Amino acid sequence: MTAHFSAENRARAEALVALYPQSRSALVPLCHLAQAQDGWLCAEAMEEIAELCGTTPAEVYGTATFYDMLHTERVGRHVIAICTNIACLLAGAYELVEHAERRLGVRCGQTTEDGEFTLEEAECLAGCDAAPCVQVNHRFVAAGDAASFDALVDELAKGRRRQEVPRHGVLCRIERTVGLPGSEASPRRQARS
Amino acid sequence: MLTSAPRIVTSRLDHEDSYTLERYLATGGYKALHKALRMKPEAVAAEVNRANLLGRGGAGFPAGRKWSMLRAAETTYLVVNGDESEPATFKDHLLIERDPHQIIEGAAIAAYAVGARLAFIFCRGEFALGLERLTAACNEAYEHGALGGRIFGSTFSLDIVVHPGAGAYICGEETALLESLEGKRGFPRIKPPNFPAAIGLYGEPTVVNNVETISALPWIIQNGGDAFAALGAGTSTGTRLFALSGRVARPGWYELEMSKTTFRDLIFDPALGGGIADGGELKAFIPGGVSAPWLGPDSLEIGLDQEAVGRAGSMLGSGSVVVLDQTSCAVRAAWRITRFFWRESCGQCTPCREGGHWLEKILRRIEEGDGRFSDLDLLMDVCDNLAPGVSWPPEQTTICVLGSSIPSSVASALRMFREEFATHIRTEECPFAGAPHEMAGGR
Ligand SMILES: Cc1cc2nc3c(=O)[nH]c(=O)nc-3n(C[C@H](O)[C@H](O)[C@H](O)COP(=O)(O)O)c2cc1C
Ligand code: SF4
Ligand code: FES
Repeated sequence: MTAHFSAENRARAEALVALYPQSRSALVPLCHLAQAQDGWLCAEAMEEIAELCGTTPAEVYGTATFYDMLHTERVGRHVIAICTNIACLLAGAYELVEHAERRLGVRCGQTTEDGEFTLEEAECLAGCDAAPCVQVNHRFVAAGDAASFDALVDELAKGRRRQEVPRHGVLCRIERTVGLPGSEASPRRQARS
Repeated sequence: MLTSAPRIVTSRLDHEDSYTLERYLATGGYKALHKALRMKPEAVAAEVNRANLLGRGGAGFPAGRKWSMLRAAETTYLVVNGDESEPATFKDHLLIERDPHQIIEGAAIAAYAVGARLAFIFCRGEFALGLERLTAACNEAYEHGALGGRIFGSTFSLDIVVHPGAGAYICGEETALLESLEGKRGFPRIKPPNFPAAIGLYGEPTVVNNVETISALPWIIQNGGDAFAALGAGTSTGTRLFALSGRVARPGWYELEMSKTTFRDLIFDPALGGGIADGGELKAFIPGGVSAPWLGPDSLEIGLDQEAVGRAGSMLGSGSVVVLDQTSCAVRAAWRITRFFWRESCGQCTPCREGGHWLEKILRRIEEGDGRFSDLDLLMDVCDNLAPGVSWPPEQTTICVLGSSIPSSVASALRMFREEFATHIRTEECPFAGAPHEMAGGR
């Protein structure tokens, strides 16, 4: 098998696996890591994750498809999620969805032809006091009305928000660096066999 | 009544940098852990028992009692539930992003009390910033000596792993959460026998506590269980963090003394909710997350008290209150809540999987003007299949209580606003302004 993770991400993946008493527990974190690298979860990544977790690619696929955030098909560079649940519904979230669909020229669940944007209807994102609530790649953004939504899309298209909105970046910016199993500071040095 | 109760879990949130170790230490952080480590583990648990701290995740089970139910074993795990996805609930999100050290300190205190040497903080995957803050705080805590081997020079060692979820409401249910933490699909386990206290993570006894429950522990250890129990009344002790949203002038979070503060205070006090948005009129409110039955304006005098809300036929649940006003369509609200449960059902149980789908379809057609009068009985019939008798608390026919929670909003809307359903059916349209002509489609 050829390695799919970059050398740096492979090291990170192994560190993630080592955090858990059973390697299978690292499955979801590793899927996030693969998405941070590739933007989605491709077959090659799932093969390598299976190897790292001591399971089969089919198990990885079967598990990943249970979770809304894990994309086993390509998505846009920016996944825009608009919450339409109760508090956001009461604040006009469906009107915002309609506007977003017109602005981007795609329906919810679809990706623009240039691969820049995927639009998603989300469940409650726990940002209900600023309804309607919008996230891009799981970062909260202020885009609750048509004008600010358009401004956001313009900014994103010009690549001006890369710092703030990394690519599917749930695990990409900060990693656990201290007290890792095997290190001096770890309380689990002897615990793992 | 607004009381002078201290803010317990939100005490440092007025600081911009509340999430840093520096601010945490400057505001008394990690003193409680120092203190706890000088006590016997049983004494720490006794203090939490005296506080009568009720779990803040939804079920309201006393934390001290939960700890005492652990099966004795070589290995015990602690899992902090930060999956917060109950619609309109945003308190744990706040605590995770703004005070991660408080969660780490609380987790260390709990782990010490129950003898866990490895703890997990399960953080909802959509909280990307929250995950960063928790991870950074863990790094800082290790460097400070508050985590790792021989914490603060004691004999107690603890490792904490911050674990990301990946978008599934059901993983907030504690046994589904453990499955997810084991790297599997989030299917709730059958209880009995799989009570986490007996058979939890990797088959070992496990304590699962909510982020807010854990966040209250440093204060309780510092100030004593009696000081916590002196706040509130009856079994509803201490303060609680409420998330207020919907058609209210000042949506937001408010930490309030339990029991003594009422729903009227929360929604109408100028320092809190500030009344209905745009000077409107209160139509109904959902008192504890969308799993809870709705209450009407005649219930405003009820205190924010677990037992009192229970007696009124609902629950304080996850501590989130949603306000509906005269411009809010009851059918559309019930439809959207039902759509949520249908989408998030894990599909293991037939009543939940099929019943949720039926209810969603029927409510949608009523909202879109295609309903029939026979639909009203049909709705109640499906509800009865999900939770026989459609009473409160609901009868359970399913593996977890997601299924039996689905009827709450449907039955409430029908009981309180039957006329509104009839209008939709008679006039073949939604009588409220701004009805989207096309509500978003399938999954
Ligand atoms: C469908 C469902 C979703 C739940 N979601 C959450 C959640 O997001 N966060 C949480 O703390 N508890 C949630 N719970 C409750 C947990 O199962 C569990 O009771 C709680 O985490 C225990 O912590 P506590 O005793 O400190 O409240 C959920 C329960 C169900 C049935
Ligand atoms: S009640 Fe619904 S969510 Fe719960 S286990 Fe059954 S199918 Fe899954
Ligand atoms: S209902 Fe939209 S963020 Fe909570």
